[in-house]
Amino acid sequence: MDFNLIISQAITQGIGVQAVIFALAAIGLNVHFGYTGLLNFGQAGFLAVGAYGLGVTVTTLGLSFWLGLVVGLGAAVVFALLLGIPTLRLRADYLAIVTIAAAEIIRLTARSVTLRDVFGGSDGINRFANEFYALNPFDSGLALGPINFSRNDLFVVVVGWILVAVACLIVFLSMRAPWGRVLKGIREDEDAVRSLGKNVYSYKLQALVLGGVLGCLGGFVFAVSSQSVQPDNYGTDLTFFAWAALILGGAARVFGPVLGSIIFWFLLVLFDVALSEAVRSGLITFIDGTQVGQIRFWILGLSLMLLMIFRPQGILGDKRELAFDVK
Amino acid sequence: MIPQSRRRSVALLAIVVGVLSALAVAMAPTAHADGAIIKGSISDPEDAPIAGVVFTVSNADGFNETTESDAEGAWVVEVPERGTYTIDIDTGTLPEGVTLTDPEKTSLTVTLLSGKKTVVFPTGEGSTGGESTVDRLLQLTVDGLVFGLVIALAGIGLSMIFGTTGLTNFSHGELVTFGAISTLIMNNFFELPFVLAAAAAMLLSALFGAFQDKILWLPLRKKGISLIAMLVVSIGLGIFLRYVYLFFLGGSTQQFREYSGQAGIAIGPVDITPKIIVATVIAIAAITAVLLWLGYSRIGKASRAISDNPALASASGINVERVINVVWAVGAGMAGLSGVLYAMNIGVTWLMGFQILLLVFASVILGGLGTAAGALVGALIVGVLIQVSTLIIPTELKNVGALFIMIVILLFRPQGLLGRSERVG
Repeated sequence: MDFNLIISQAITQGIGVQAVIFALAAIGLNVHFGYTGLLNFGQAGFLAVGAYGLGVTVTTLGLSFWLGLVVGLGAAVVFALLLGIPTLRLRADYLAIVTIAAAEIIRLTARSVTLRDVFGGSDGINRFANEFYALNPFDSGLALGPINFSRNDLFVVVVGWILVAVACLIVFLSMRAPWGRVLKGIREDEDAVRSLGKNVYSYKLQALVLGGVLGCLGGFVFAVSSQSVQPDNYGTDLTFFAWAALILGGAARVFGPVLGSIIFWFLLVLFDVALSEAVRSGLITFIDGTQVGQIRFWILGLSLMLLMIFRPQGILGDKRELAFDVK
Repeated sequence: MIPQSRRRSVALLAIVVGVLSALAVAMAPTAHADGAIIKGSISDPEDAPIAGVVFTVSNADGFNETTESDAEGAWVVEVPERGTYTIDIDTGTLPEGVTLTDPEKTSLTVTLLSGKKTVVFPTGEGSTGGESTVDRLLQLTVDGLVFGLVIALAGIGLSMIFGTTGLTNFSHGELVTFGAISTLIMNNFFELPFVLAAAAAMLLSALFGAFQDKILWLPLRKKGISLIAMLVVSIGLGIFLRYVYLFFLGGSTQQFREYSGQAGIAIGPVDITPKIIVATVIAIAAITAVLLWLGYSRIGKASRAISDNPALASASGINVERVINVVWAVGAGMAGLSGVLYAMNIGVTWLMGFQILLLVFASVILGGLGTAAGALVGALIVGVLIQVSTLIIPTELKNVGALFIMIVILLFRPQGLLGRSERVG
């Protein structure tokens, strides 16, 4: 058992790229669910359209990386509108089913052999972020105590956390503004807000767009960090991880999703690495290496259930501010 | 009262634990890869080999490999394990003037039972294929109805549970998988005859449903947890169960010991295997029984009263929780049967239930959430639609079409075909 490795991996990944991706995805979900009460289970779809918008623009169309970012953001807005217009008038559980279906539609379309020329089939799209890495101001990686980043990772992580900070600022400012108070009003009592003369449908649509765009930033980070977009990375599990991070940190709190994804990712990696170390050193013999990776999902499932039952407000949250009644 | 129900819970727990541990024992030795290959050759109508044609072999577990035919027109792909694979031919790489005998059939699905399987895509105006569109339409409609029944069995349970408790159960797909896995254990490990194994699996699924309700959903209802929170709990439970299945079953597709590689018989233009005919009859019988039960039995009537108004039902002397428990058992039993029938077609995989869950939701929404008959109608429509749509769109995108239609239905008739028009927004 190499305890240094375990701790170092957990800390590095707890503040690393994965945590950034899930923080951004969860911040978007927070706007949807935490503030507006929308049950979006298709957040992976927003990350996917962002990532594919970027990848397709650069690789398939041969245009600039920066234009790709614009296309990705535009794609997220269009996806939000396409998703929201038919479904936002419906009850919450219908929205949950439709959003999860829409995200799967995106994934299945992207991985299809028919559209391989555009989206690259199940191999996805690779090597499109050279323009980004060319701007890397760091001369070397970072090795500070347990924290260990390569030169490129360091750049992505720094840019990623700046994006997280900007996203938090946007959420903080907009939820303090009258606009955000209307969203919270919709969460508490839609009919009351409607009777005050607000167009609830339009506000929900705006919230869906904002949260989707924030999530799509996570898609950019995901795509750029590995220089690849692969359709199966954007499956339903990604959405569920983001949900777990959001609920753990606390919904309807600006820093809830950020804290949640750092802690959740730290614990997952800690557990993962510790378990695979234990398997490798022969302490645990009844499971093998591939099964270790599966146990992570047991934790995901159980933590979603247990959090929802015993502490739905998470670490930072307030019971009175949740989108559903808690007894 | 309390000791008795507790004793029953303990008995249920014992059964479920028993099944899971049997599963662990049964699956361990078979979960390893056994280096199988899929191969084939391609030649033009004059039997001259064609080089450089691109083939893609993939399966539901994410395996995907592309290869090209060599100078002899031969190609080969090593696959990690036996199971069901889809082979796509890229017709764009065929030389000019050469077309497939059936231009629509660019994708073949094969089930690998032994170590190798040969796949041939015939070219030219041959006599080997060349079905007319009408024949294909008939074949696809029959396939669609069979698949529709699989979805209906799962959908009716989902709809009944939603009707009585309001729970949108995202872990319903795992009940489908549970049925298939239980049959696999009974059939392959305990070597029960298939029919007995399937019946036992259905019973186990029903017990699993009742048990789940007793230890999880009933306490949550008593605690007064909101429906949205329960929805998230069901998602968590679904993930957990899926990966428990994967842990013990492994990622490969497994076939039942009996009837797995049955030859089809031709009825007119339609090709169908005898096992599917029997399965279809059983499915129809089970659905009819449940619909009659809902319509005429005391508990069935009570369950509909609860869907209408739980408080009123309770006030008029119906034991609401007991009825809900029975509904859970029946719904889970149906889902288990659905899993058995589905696995007869595609084999048992850990993800099979989740893969059809969205289609089940689509058909339940199409028919009207909360009505059992609606679930049946919706499922048959979705099943036929998915299969027939492959005449026009690529096979791999058929589910996309169905999900898309669900969204369109929600736009124009959110209460579904048979649902009552009430506010759902």
